[in-house]
Amino acid sequence: MAEMTYRDAVARGIAQEMDRDPSVVLLGEDVGSAGGVFKATVGLLDRFGPGRVVDTPISEQAILGAAMGAAMTGLRPIAEIMFSDFFAVCWDIVANEIAKTRYMTNGQVSLPLVIRSANGGGARFGAQHSQSVENWAMAVPGLKVVAPSTPRDVVGLLAAAVRDPDPVLFFEQKSLYPAKGDVPDGEVVDELGCAAVRRHGKDATVVALAAMVPRALAAAERLAGEGVEVTVIDLRSLVPLDVTTVSASVTETGHLVTVEENPRLCGWGAEVASIVAEERLFDLDGPIVRVTTPHVPLPAADALEDAAMPTVARIVEGVRRSLQ
Amino acid sequence: MTELQDWRSGGASASGGRSVGSAPFGPVPIEVRTSIYKMMVEMRDFEKRAYDLFLQGLVKGTSHLGLGQEAVAAGFAAAMRPSDYTFATYRGHNHTLARGAPMTAVMAELMGRQAGLMAGKGGSMHLTSVAHRMMGSYAIVGAHLTIANGAAWSAKLRDTGEVVVCFFGDGTTNIGAFHEALNLAAVWKLPVVFVCENNRWMEYTPISSVTAVAHPAADRARSYGLDPVLVDGNDADATYAAARAAIERARAGAGPTLVEAETYRHGGHSRADPGKYRPEAEVQAWLARDPIPRYRSRLLEAGVDESVLRRIEEASRSAVDAASTEAEASPPPDSSLVETDVWADGGSSWRR
Repeated sequence: MAEMTYRDAVARGIAQEMDRDPSVVLLGEDVGSAGGVFKATVGLLDRFGPGRVVDTPISEQAILGAAMGAAMTGLRPIAEIMFSDFFAVCWDIVANEIAKTRYMTNGQVSLPLVIRSANGGGARFGAQHSQSVENWAMAVPGLKVVAPSTPRDVVGLLAAAVRDPDPVLFFEQKSLYPAKGDVPDGEVVDELGCAAVRRHGKDATVVALAAMVPRALAAAERLAGEGVEVTVIDLRSLVPLDVTTVSASVTETGHLVTVEENPRLCGWGAEVASIVAEERLFDLDGPIVRVTTPHVPLPAADALEDAAMPTVARIVEGVRRSLQ
Repeated sequence: MTELQDWRSGGASASGGRSVGSAPFGPVPIEVRTSIYKMMVEMRDFEKRAYDLFLQGLVKGTSHLGLGQEAVAAGFAAAMRPSDYTFATYRGHNHTLARGAPMTAVMAELMGRQAGLMAGKGGSMHLTSVAHRMMGSYAIVGAHLTIANGAAWSAKLRDTGEVVVCFFGDGTTNIGAFHEALNLAAVWKLPVVFVCENNRWMEYTPISSVTAVAHPAADRARSYGLDPVLVDGNDADATYAAARAAIERARAGAGPTLVEAETYRHGGHSRADPGKYRPEAEVQAWLARDPIPRYRSRLLEAGVDESVLRRIEEASRSAVDAASTEAEASPPPDSSLVETDVWADGGSSWRR
């Protein structure tokens, strides 16, 4: 067991898979010599060489097209899109090509590839470098969507994503890069589509993702001081979505609160809420509450960004609303 | 770098008329030339039948015919090894047939039948046959140039000697993905051949009226450190010679080539378009340069017995008849296919 940052866990996870499988390659802007703009790929070029760790021009379509063509001919590429906001300039390759090709070809083409991207707010980068776009990906059939909240999960879920035979969008929450956590020694591999119960309580179920998980845990701690015991579920993956774990918890607690970094409309919590409403309505003892960023672009100033994203206080208030 | 290699001025890359014997590879064997003729005749007969079946309401949706452009598909396919990869556009029937995909399966795909190449899940614009290394027909302009790069990068890393040939239209040269792909292919020195089929019309608009340069692909080549190559796309000997040169170059590790093949589509952009916006004199001039009768005459002049050509033509008609009958006899795909093959496990489940 070693303590490491979320950022170092990315390089650790990639190295684990590149060591294991020579068909795994890494490409993206500044991923090689520079070690990544977030320093999440430091050391990989030296370790695996310029054939397998490749710097690209600022050409997001070319990056993802190269990943797709390589995946359909025997490699298992890990492509980096530096900021998830940049998916907007290569969404054709993601949504029209990568997501649909297996289906359109009646299963002739497999695309075992991973697209990593720095997602989310908290770094004061403004509206074009801070978006939470995991719900864009969730809306397209054919994409798996993963967002780890801990260094351990970065390694385990990245390994699962690389080994998965289908395309996986892997969202690294950029404000978590400096966060530290224990990662077991040796190989760490998870399964996609398994939520983790981070804290157990009988009074309400709080479902969160990525950077919202530590905030939900802080809210749970505060509520415990008031005698309210909250279960915190870290979804870890949106597609596949672990409905079983969420539903079982709602049946126990009777209350559901989602904590989403994405702007309000069509955030992932809306899907979770609709499933629970459809399938567990009579287990609910209060309204489903969604705590989200308001439906606005993220502002840059720290005071404004902090006011926009879900805070511990807003999560606490959301739980209270559900319990009333 | 050489000057623009222009087939109209007898440039080096094009065989121009009967100069095929002077290609750097020596005379092209007559079997290769008759096989090119066979491919072209089959493409022509197939697509004419597809159009008839559309008029009868049996071919659904949209389709984009390559009538008139057969010499590009046939010339390149004849120069490729079975292990080389093809990437094409929504105007991809010819390229799919050229790699050996069965006519019945292609026709059935156009008709939305179970026997279709993709059981009806892709349709005319997405013809794919991985078994024939036909890696897909792509319907979003420009995207597949970047994907072709990926296959070429993979071939290079795996050191297989495979080459990728990627076809696209003149309209593609004005979208960003074209430029991203050309730059990356040149920087990474990828074994890929980009083939622009310049049929002069970007859908309903003359390409010349929306492009800053006269030759939409060839004039862009130098921007990526490549020699411009312009070839008579209605001369199958010329396209074959250009293909041989570009493919050998790629296989030798010398990097990508951008070929512009000048050609013409006999019909409109898609099945809904009669193409009436084109000047009649232009249409007639290009019909007079139809690649198929042109090549037939040339083979006769080269001493091929007419009976050989007639047998090819008759066999093609029979094959298209059989393919149409078989495709029409195939039932529609089972509705259970709606929810198959989103994922590698064969299903479409998003929850657990």
